[in-house]
Amino acid sequence: MPAFPKKWLIVLLVLGVVVPLLQPVLPNLVSDYRLFLVSTMMIAAIAVLGLNLLTGFNGQISLGHGAFYAVGAYIAAILMDQANFPYWATLPFAAVLCFIVGYLFGLPALKLEGHYLALATFALALAVPQILKYKWLEGLTGGVQGIVLNKPEVPFGLPLSEDQWLYYYCFIVMVFLYWAASNILKSRSGRAMMAIRDYHIAADTMGIDTALYKTVTFGISAAYTGIAGALSASAIAFVAPDSFNFFLSIKFLIGLVVGGVGSLAGSLIGGVFYVLVDNSAQALSTFVKNDLGLQFDLSAYTVFGILLIVLMYLMPMGIAGGVYALIRSFRRAAPVSPERSAPAATRKPAQAGESH
Amino acid sequence: MNTNRRGFLGGVSAAALVASSGAVAQKKYDEGASDAEIRIGHCCPYSGPASAYGVIGKLHQAFWKAVNDAGGINGRKVNFITLDDGYSPPKTVEVVRQLVEQEKVLLLYQTLGTPTNTAIHKYVNQKKVPHLYISTGASKWGDPKHFPWTMGFQPDYHTEGAIYAKHLLANNKDAKVGILMQNDDYGKDYVEGFKEGMGKEGSRIVKHVTYEITDPTVDSQVIQLKDSGANVFFNVSTPKFAAQAIRKAADIGWKPTQYLNNVSASVASVIKPAGFEASQGILTAAYLKDPTDKQWDESPDMKTWRAWMDKNMAGANQADANYVFAYCVSTLMLETLKRCGDTLTRENVMRQAAGFKKLELPLVLPGITINTSPTDYYPIQAVQLARFKAESWELFGDVMHAESS
Repeated sequence: MPAFPKKWLIVLLVLGVVVPLLQPVLPNLVSDYRLFLVSTMMIAAIAVLGLNLLTGFNGQISLGHGAFYAVGAYIAAILMDQANFPYWATLPFAAVLCFIVGYLFGLPALKLEGHYLALATFALALAVPQILKYKWLEGLTGGVQGIVLNKPEVPFGLPLSEDQWLYYYCFIVMVFLYWAASNILKSRSGRAMMAIRDYHIAADTMGIDTALYKTVTFGISAAYTGIAGALSASAIAFVAPDSFNFFLSIKFLIGLVVGGVGSLAGSLIGGVFYVLVDNSAQALSTFVKNDLGLQFDLSAYTVFGILLIVLMYLMPMGIAGGVYALIRSFRRAAPVSPERSAPAATRKPAQAGESH
Repeated sequence: MNTNRRGFLGGVSAAALVASSGAVAQKKYDEGASDAEIRIGHCCPYSGPASAYGVIGKLHQAFWKAVNDAGGINGRKVNFITLDDGYSPPKTVEVVRQLVEQEKVLLLYQTLGTPTNTAIHKYVNQKKVPHLYISTGASKWGDPKHFPWTMGFQPDYHTEGAIYAKHLLANNKDAKVGILMQNDDYGKDYVEGFKEGMGKEGSRIVKHVTYEITDPTVDSQVIQLKDSGANVFFNVSTPKFAAQAIRKAADIGWKPTQYLNNVSASVASVIKPAGFEASQGILTAAYLKDPTDKQWDESPDMKTWRAWMDKNMAGANQADANYVFAYCVSTLMLETLKRCGDTLTRENVMRQAAGFKKLELPLVLPGITINTSPTDYYPIQAVQLARFKAESWELFGDVMHAESS
């Protein structure tokens, strides 16, 4: 895992806190809309982080994280709608319930590896929007109509706009979750997770309870994604089955692969990438059509696809991995005293550890 | 551009009103309008699972380009900004915020889809941005009391369902109804309206089956309906499934009275694939002229439309009724903006949109007009029943108004 230099981390954190406060000075640059956009990026980054814990650090592939995202969003929405919960109080419930759902799903997943697991999770992603429409659940979920919610209100009479507050709310949750994830990964459990990814049988032989670690990782990963879903329910103030179609899961996976499998910083980049590409795909399409004169309609997914292929050529380890490799080769070129390099390039692609 | 007399008169009287209020040379603008341009925001799915609706957005683009090429509206060019929301509500929230806050549009129109519009309903009304003639048939959009900035366009599904029920009760004394429904908001709206129209005769619905839009066929559902002994078939499905259902019913020798929802009334994409023979006698309710129905070939508005399509959207499939729909709505938007004159404020846009009296639009069935008022936010509420005969729809009965609902 490419270590993230501490001073950069502090700079980023300070920027993250200060920039939204510049709104009165730079109203056009730091507009409410942009803050909202950054909030959606942070939410996506949390979801991608959840998927990364599972795929990047534990070697289990999921094509169905949109399902956990949906469950988290609906739990939050139902609690706010039916039980009048304040929006912030829904997060722990979403996390716990998604953990349970993820843990339970992780049990049969133990018997499935590689592609088979991918297919099982794929089924989950397809099933959840249908289940949400099911007539027995309609009273709670609102069926196809979904649930309309209120946006988070600014607490304690702080002099912030709704979007500024939403930004800080997401920011705080994201920083906390990244901090927690980094601690999990640094601990004994984290090393066990990665050992399972790297070589399943060896991990077993060393006395790691692989079944337990795999199911719990599934649970934690689902909880992270569920929290992201709950945040999105507050941010969008509406949930409906159409919000959680299968492409959502695919986008998380693309975000993960592009950002960097098995890298915390990569998850953040993945979240930003996924929102940015989604937004700029259409601009790119009109550019190609009008300015280059090519008669192509590029949909967002086409752009995703092309970028993905290009990135796989240029940066097979994702953007985080690529940047890290660049920095290293740069340092190597410069005459620097021999320093202990970070755990060397033995990081395998996630699925390598899954083979028998 | 074909002006009609009523529209012209309306325009004159609106101009007279403006003049009499002492604002002769006074130009008034809100965000998104100026001497040079009017900014209009729009979003619909150009990509993703619902991208078949993207053609509506494409026609709008061509429409405003043609308007601009012809000199614009009262000397102003229309800057039509359309974005892709992929039919995903969170994405719609994002692009609509972009349109309102970054692009600073004067108004939004024809945003497409029920869940997507639900997601932005509160927001646009808080921001007081006109949200006009939106592209969905749900019944909840005409609520000026709570949402004074949102207005629908087409007859809502609920009303249409109720109209079928009324016709059924008047013509069939021992009906046993079987319903095939797409399992989403659109299907439910129809069926709820139908049930409401049935009133206390609701027990006549003997079977109610659903399908998902991802299903390959509806064969087994149709067989279930036949086995229930139903002698009336209410077909609430989108074109592909409607054609399958009509075909299947004929194949298994089930001959009920069939009510087909307007969504699937296209001759080219439903009736023809299902087979003309299997489709004789099917009933539907219409408000637009079907471009594949030969009886309209000689009507002047259809000819104008075809010429317009040839010129501005060469190569587009003119059998696609979505193009008729989009052209018709865009004409209404154009008329609204013309009537705004030099007072391009958001408030005035809503006032004009809510002030249509018997306006005739091209490609709408004869006898159906646009009527709105500050308390009536349903522009088209009338439909006419039609029966399929030989190779086209034969209109019968009177234009039915549903202002009561």
